Amino acid sequence: MPLIKNKQIATDTWQHVDDKSVLPADGGVIVSLARWQAERSVLVGRNAPLGIRLKSDEGADAIVDDLPHFDVVALEFPTFRDGRPYSTARLLRERYHYTGELRAVGDILRDQLLFMRRCGFDAFEYADKTTAEKAFSAFDEIGAVYQTAADRRRSAAMIRNDTSNVFLNGTCG
Amino acid sequence: MYLYDPIDQSLVDQRVEQFRDQVRRRLAGELSEDQFKPLRLMNGLYLQLHAYMLRVAIPYGTLSSHQMRKLAYIAQRYDKGYGHFTTRQNLQFNWPKLEETPDILAELAEVEMHALQTSGNCIRNITADQYAGAAADEIADPRIAAEVVRQWSTLHPEFSFLPRKFKIAVTGSQRDRAAVRVHDIGLILKCDETGSMGYEVIVGGGLGRTPMIGATARDFLPKRHLLSYLEAILRVYNQAGRRDNMYKARIKILMHALGAEEFIRRVDAEWDAIRDSAVDLPAGEYDRIAAFFASPHFETLLKNDGKFARYRLEDRDFAQWARTNVAPHKQPGYAIANISLKSEGGIPGDATTEQMNAVAAIAERFSFAEIRVTHEQNLVLPHVRQADLYDVWQTLKNYDLATPNLGLISDIIACPGMDYCSLANARSIPLAQDIGKRFADLRRQHDIGELKVKISGCINACGHHHVGHIGLLGVDRKGEEYYQITLGGSADENTSLGEIVGPAVPYDKVVGAIETITNTYVGLRTDGENFLDTYRRVGKAPFKENLYAAH
Amino acid sequence: MAQQIISANRLGDGLVVYLTGGGGWSERIADALAVTGKDAGEAAMTVAHTAEEARLIVEPYLIDIDESGGERRPTQFRELIRAKGPTVRLDIGKQAEL
Repeated sequence: MPLIKNKQIATDTWQHVDDKSVLPADGGVIVSLARWQAERSVLVGRNAPLGIRLKSDEGADAIVDDLPHFDVVALEFPTFRDGRPYSTARLLRERYHYTGELRAVGDILRDQLLFMRRCGFDAFEYADKTTAEKAFSAFDEIGAVYQTAADRRRSAAMIRNDTSNVFLNGTCG
Repeated sequence: MYLYDPIDQSLVDQRVEQFRDQVRRRLAGELSEDQFKPLRLMNGLYLQLHAYMLRVAIPYGTLSSHQMRKLAYIAQRYDKGYGHFTTRQNLQFNWPKLEETPDILAELAEVEMHALQTSGNCIRNITADQYAGAAADEIADPRIAAEVVRQWSTLHPEFSFLPRKFKIAVTGSQRDRAAVRVHDIGLILKCDETGSMGYEVIVGGGLGRTPMIGATARDFLPKRHLLSYLEAILRVYNQAGRRDNMYKARIKILMHALGAEEFIRRVDAEWDAIRDSAVDLPAGEYDRIAAFFASPHFETLLKNDGKFARYRLEDRDFAQWARTNVAPHKQPGYAIANISLKSEGGIPGDATTEQMNAVAAIAERFSFAEIRVTHEQNLVLPHVRQADLYDVWQTLKNYDLATPNLGLISDIIACPGMDYCSLANARSIPLAQDIGKRFADLRRQHDIGELKVKISGCINACGHHHVGHIGLLGVDRKGEEYYQITLGGSADENTSLGEIVGPAVPYDKVVGAIETITNTYVGLRTDGENFLDTYRRVGKAPFKENLYAAH
Repeated sequence: MAQQIISANRLGDGLVVYLTGGGGWSERIADALAVTGKDAGEAAMTVAHTAEEARLIVEPYLIDIDESGGERRPTQFRELIRAKGPTVRLDIGKQAEL
C-alpha cells in the first residue's frame, strides 16, 4: 500500500503483523495493543524497531508510558467517519510529546489528510494507488487556520496579533 | 458586524476551490457517493425530496443588506426565486444543482458568506440572540463570543468527524432568546462579583428523539478561557460519544449516561491540561473581534419619539403592527422592528427574491444596513429610529412583510416537512397555513395572546416542537398524516419540554384540536395569564379531557 | 400483485427521475418502467445500480404504484409529493414545469 510521507510516496519499511502470525525474524513490525500487552518482553527483546497499532477505541492513555519503545504509532480509522484518532493523535503529540512516526491507517479520504496532518499524523497508508500522488495537493488546499494544533502552525489570531513564539515547550496542548 | 480580513477571505475562497475540485472528482468518478457525501454535507449540500438543498450559514443570524441582496440574487439566478429562513438562523435554497453549487459558493464568498459546516457531524452554525447589540436587557453583545467560537470551530482539524452534529448557542441576556438550554452547548454571558465578564456554560441540551434540557457544567467561566473549555468539552465528547447508534450519539446522551458529575469531572480534567495553553485566544484578538460589534453611530434622540406616538394614534393598522412587532431598544429614540415571515396563506420562513431585496433596501435606509434572522423564522431590523417606524411599516406592507402577528398564534414555526424534506413523515407547512387561516382574526389572536405553535414533520424536530407552547409532531400512521400534540414547552430562560397530551390526531382534526386547546385556555385563565402561565398552573388534565372526551 | 417503479435523483441537478424501459431516466413518472414481483424488481435495481456507478443518478429505490385510476400514482403520499412537487407551491416542481 502506498505510504505518503513528506508529500511523497515513500517506501514502507514496516510490516503490520496480526495477533496470530509468527513475528518475522527481523525488520520493523507494527503490532496491535493486545499483542503488545500479551507479548511485551518478546517484542522488546527483538533486536528490531517496534511499532504499535491502536484501534479507534483505544486511546493514547493506553500506551503513554510505553512510548519510548515505539518508532511508529499507527492509528486505525475503521471508517472515515470515526473521528476518535484525531484526538488520540493530538494527545500523543501535544500532551505526551511523542516524536516518532504517527501513521494513519484504514479508511482515509484524501480530503481528510490536511486535518490529519494538523493533528500530528506524518505518515498515511493511502489505499488508492491511482490517486495517491494526486493526494499531495490536499495538504496545501487551505492555507489559513483558525486553531492551534499539533502542527504548530501559526493560527489566524497569532498572525493578526503578531504573537510570536507562543509555543513554549510543555505548555502546548 | 464582523468583516473579513484577508485571512478569513482566503479561507472561504480556498474552500470554494476545494469544493469545486471535489465536485469535479465526483462527476469524474474519482469519488463515490459514499465518499463524496460527507464532503458535500460539510459544505451544506443535502439531497432532498425534490432536488439538492443548500443550507447557507448566517453566523449568529446577522446579515448586511449587501449580503441579503446576494442571497436574493442567488435565489433568482440559481434557484426558483425564493429561500427559506430556518430555526437555526440559516437560509436554505431548495433547488440548487450540484454542478452549479461551486459557483453559488463563489458568489457567497464574494460577500463573506459560505455554507461551511451547516451539515455533517461537525460543529454547526453558532446561533445567538436576534436582538443582540440592541436589546435593553443585554449584559454585552453575545455575537462577540459567537464570532470567536465560529472561527475556532471552522475546519477544526480534531472535531470535524464527531459522533454527531454539534450545536452551540449564545445569549447575552438573562432573557434567553437563543434557546441555549436546548443546545449541545449553551453560553450565557454574565459578570462575576468583581464585574469581570464570563459565561455560564450549559451542556447536554437538545431536541430530536430524546429531548433534554442542558445542565450547567460551569457556573462561571472567565472570558479568556472560552476556547480552552470548549475544546475540553469537545475532546471528551469526540472520544467518548457513542458511534454505534446515531440516535444515541449526541453529547446529551453521553452526559446522561455518565452522569453530569462524571462528565464534568472529565471535562475539568482535560481543561486542566490545556488551560493557559495556545488554545485560548490572545487578548488582542478578542478585542479586535469585539470592535466589530460596537454600536453603530446612534443619534442622540429623545427616549420616546412624538411622531411614533402620533402615528399610532392616527393609524390603527400601524398601531396594531407596533403593538406586536416593535420591541424596545437600549438606545433612546430607537426601536427593534420585527418582520414577520408568517403572512396569511404564505409559507413560514420563506422569502422571495423581491422580498429579500426589499428588506435589504429598508435595512440600508433605516437600520444601518443590518438585518437579523431569528430562530423562529422571522427577520429583524435591529436599529430603527422610532421616528422612521411608520415609513418602515408602510414599505414593508408593499411586500407583504408587515403581518402584525409576532408571538401570536399565527406566528407559527414550521419545518419544511414532507413537502420538501426526505426525512419527514408528514407535512408541516399546510398545517401551519390552515391554523393561521382559522385564527386569522387579529382580535381573536390578541385575545389569545402570546402562543407559540411549533410544527415538526418528523422526530428530528427541526420545527422545535418540543419547546412550543403547543407542539405538533407529524407521524405516519398507516400512510396517513397524524400529529402528536405536546403542550407547555418553552425555549426561553424557563425552558421546559412539552408534554404529550394524548394519542396522535389525524390531519383534518388538528385545527379543531388547536381551537379546543385555545378555548380551554381562555376558559381557565385568570387575569393576565398567558397560555403558558395557565398551562403551568393547571397542567395537562383539562386540555386532555377536552381534546379526547368525545373520542 | 403490486406494481413498482424505480425512483432516484439525478446526480448533476438533483431532480427526481424514474427508470424507463429503455434503461434511461425520465423526469416523468408516466415514462417509468413498471415491474411486478421480486425478481423483476431486483433486476431493475441492478440496472439502477449500474447507472449509479456510471454517475447518472444517486440513491435509487423501488416504490409502489397504482394505475387503477387511469393515472399512474405512487401509493405512498411521500412519493406522490416527490412525483409532483411541493403541495404548498403548485406553481413549481414537476406539477408546474412538466
